[in-house]
Amino acid sequence: MASLARARLPRRLPRFGLRAIQTSADTTQLKDSPSDPSQPFTVTLHEDSFRAYKCDKPELEVQVTRDELLGMYKQMQTMRRMEMAADALYKAKLIRGFCHLAIGQEAVSVGLENGIEKDDRVITGYRCHPFAVLRGGSITGVLGELLGRQIGMSHGKGGSMHIFTPSFFGGNGIVGAQVPVGAGVSFAQQYLGQKNCTFALYGDGASNQGQVFEAFNMAKLWNLPTIFVCENNKYGMGTPAERSSSNTEYFTRGDKIPGLQVNGMDIIAARQAVQYARRWAVDEGKGPLLLEFVTYRYGGHSMSDPGTTYRTREEVQRMRSTQDPIRGLQRYIEQWGLASEQDLKALDKAAKAEVDAAVEEAKASPEPEAKDLWTDIYYKGTEPSFMRGREREEVHHY
Amino acid sequence: MLTTTNAIRSLPVKSLPAVLTQARRNSTKVEPPPAGGHAPLVAESKLLKSTRDSALRTSGISWVDEDASGLVGGRETRKMNTYQAVRDAMSIALAKDDNAVVFGEDVAFGGVFRCTMGLAEEFGRERVFNTPLSEQGIAGFGIGLAMMGHTAIAEIQFADYIFPAFDQIVNEAAKIRYRSGGSFNVGGLTIRTPTMAVGHGGLYHSQSPEGFFMGASGLKVVIPRSPLQAKGLLLGSIRDPNPVIFMEPKILYRSAVEQVPVDDFQLPLGKAEILVPGSDLTLLTWGTPVYNCDNAIHLLQNPLPVLEKLVPASLRSAKIELIDLRSILPWDVETVVESVKKTGRLVIVHEAGMTAGVGAEISAEVQKRCFLKLNAPVKRVTGWDVPNALSYEKFHMPDSIRVLDAIMETLQY
Repeated sequence: MASLARARLPRRLPRFGLRAIQTSADTTQLKDSPSDPSQPFTVTLHEDSFRAYKCDKPELEVQVTRDELLGMYKQMQTMRRMEMAADALYKAKLIRGFCHLAIGQEAVSVGLENGIEKDDRVITGYRCHPFAVLRGGSITGVLGELLGRQIGMSHGKGGSMHIFTPSFFGGNGIVGAQVPVGAGVSFAQQYLGQKNCTFALYGDGASNQGQVFEAFNMAKLWNLPTIFVCENNKYGMGTPAERSSSNTEYFTRGDKIPGLQVNGMDIIAARQAVQYARRWAVDEGKGPLLLEFVTYRYGGHSMSDPGTTYRTREEVQRMRSTQDPIRGLQRYIEQWGLASEQDLKALDKAAKAEVDAAVEEAKASPEPEAKDLWTDIYYKGTEPSFMRGREREEVHHY
Repeated sequence: MLTTTNAIRSLPVKSLPAVLTQARRNSTKVEPPPAGGHAPLVAESKLLKSTRDSALRTSGISWVDEDASGLVGGRETRKMNTYQAVRDAMSIALAKDDNAVVFGEDVAFGGVFRCTMGLAEEFGRERVFNTPLSEQGIAGFGIGLAMMGHTAIAEIQFADYIFPAFDQIVNEAAKIRYRSGGSFNVGGLTIRTPTMAVGHGGLYHSQSPEGFFMGASGLKVVIPRSPLQAKGLLLGSIRDPNPVIFMEPKILYRSAVEQVPVDDFQLPLGKAEILVPGSDLTLLTWGTPVYNCDNAIHLLQNPLPVLEKLVPASLRSAKIELIDLRSILPWDVETVVESVKKTGRLVIVHEAGMTAGVGAEISAEVQKRCFLKLNAPVKRVTGWDVPNALSYEKFHMPDSIRVLDAIMETLQY
């Protein structure tokens, strides 16, 4: 077997002549120095920030403002702090069950939120915590849900992967199941003539599920405003992309659906791609688009996966030190003179304080009441006459 | 899917009904046995409402437009078969609810069973449209649509094809209300699907998968027995604030004909109906076997000459209570238990296999609640625990003779 594995290796070498996407977080250049940092100014993304399939690449020159960049920095830092808090709570055995953290992938969730409109819809799979907060939820609500408390966004009945807001249709625990649901959501938007679209996210692992392709087909057939977003963090659970997918260029897998591969570690590129996709589907009415964010998760797939059995510690360390989205943005902000190191430290402190307060608030919330075990199964008043408990005394009568 | 599926799918829609009824006509050389053994044709059943008056007085009926004519007596009925009644229900749903859409494989052309005939022309192709042949996608798509508050009426072309969509139905549709703490639901979703045997459907066109959904709390499963029931229960299902799987017995699409009120009306979900009252044995069933059971009761009372010496005279006056369960999930425990407490005997008839079928759940619950009242073990008459092979389909079905045998055995226990 070992020799077979080695025989396969040459296929994994980069093909010559094909330019690979670059995923460093700090290659965006300032075009001209902003004289007044409160005014919008132009920056230039690295020329290999995008690769396109059956469509044009987005503009590399992007307008940004100081407030936008600082806002995104704060959001990314807060999201990372929240996930770290979840990690600690899990290790303290206060969060039980399943928990999948998105540390390292912050540029995708924060970039997405900053590129879309309030009434656009988002639906995703396992790594859903940041989206839930950014789409109108709260850190307390997410942590409370993970802890299984009443203050949780699903009142403690969902747990990780089951967190919703009016414009965020949830995480999902069935790999790929959210993708056709997202197509249905965008059909409703189209049916109502709304100027909105739906972002249906999934990972490189889920990309091989049959129903993902069923959704691709329906969305293209009916020209739905669905943006399929593949968060390619390079490992589907513990299997590297190239060992699970015959075609690892996920942005080309929509057949007739055009696609865009994006540097998912540079938040400016991520936001630019999201805005491009939104224009494509909503303003230009061109139907679905496939976005692939090339990103990386620092932690394991879930809390029970140390994340070091199928990749080297050095690899993780290298990604952390050279391609971290938060450090990248920090470098831009400092180099371009938008804020001082002290200003950013203050933002970090504020993020930490916000998360710490949310942890305490969530921990203080009571667990769901026993009676809520029986609610939300059927619409109130249309339930069967009873639901079984474990024993005779526990049979619940409506 | 396999060749049978493709063969049916590739047939022009118009030729299908002929194919589906062929087996009943093809053996004409000798005296043909009546369809389904010695069952009288479904169309002759007294259970079907043949008059306007009896149709309007259907038990449990609730009129949606109370003020349409003021008096129930002033309402009209029309003779319909089941597919026409199903179409009528969808037409009303589409007309009254702008956010209602109908979609599925070939529904824009009328569907393989003609249940959606003319709906696309009447309501537009934006509202009645064909989907690709992808059941999991259809279910997921419908769930997304319903999560946006729309009324999604999806069709899975045969209940046998519902298995690719099983995950979406059980994990998403049934659970979304609970797992979102009540903030989302797919109450607007109704999945229609033709079910049960047609006599020659074979492995992938004659199954009865209702039992697989029984553990999926959050979902409702409904199976009507006749055109009037189909219309009322389908409108009830479409408007029920929970996701519903509506299984239509496909042999009844054409064979069952009755007077159906033309107005908008609903029948209650979760309620069984006592079709024939009795005091000695409860016969519980749903869908197509309702007619086999009805016939078995007639055979018990007036056995055919060949059966005469097999049916003891002492049993012929037994009063059998025939119940149509109608809703499989949640099922009407009260009506069934009350009946069994009265009769002391229960025979359950369904087409699906016995092991872990719906009958298993019902008999377990009944023996728990009626243990001291039971005079005989609960008997189940079901399909065999084998795949539903084409050549054996007639032997597979719980026909009138098997039901009669079970009634006699239970009465004599």
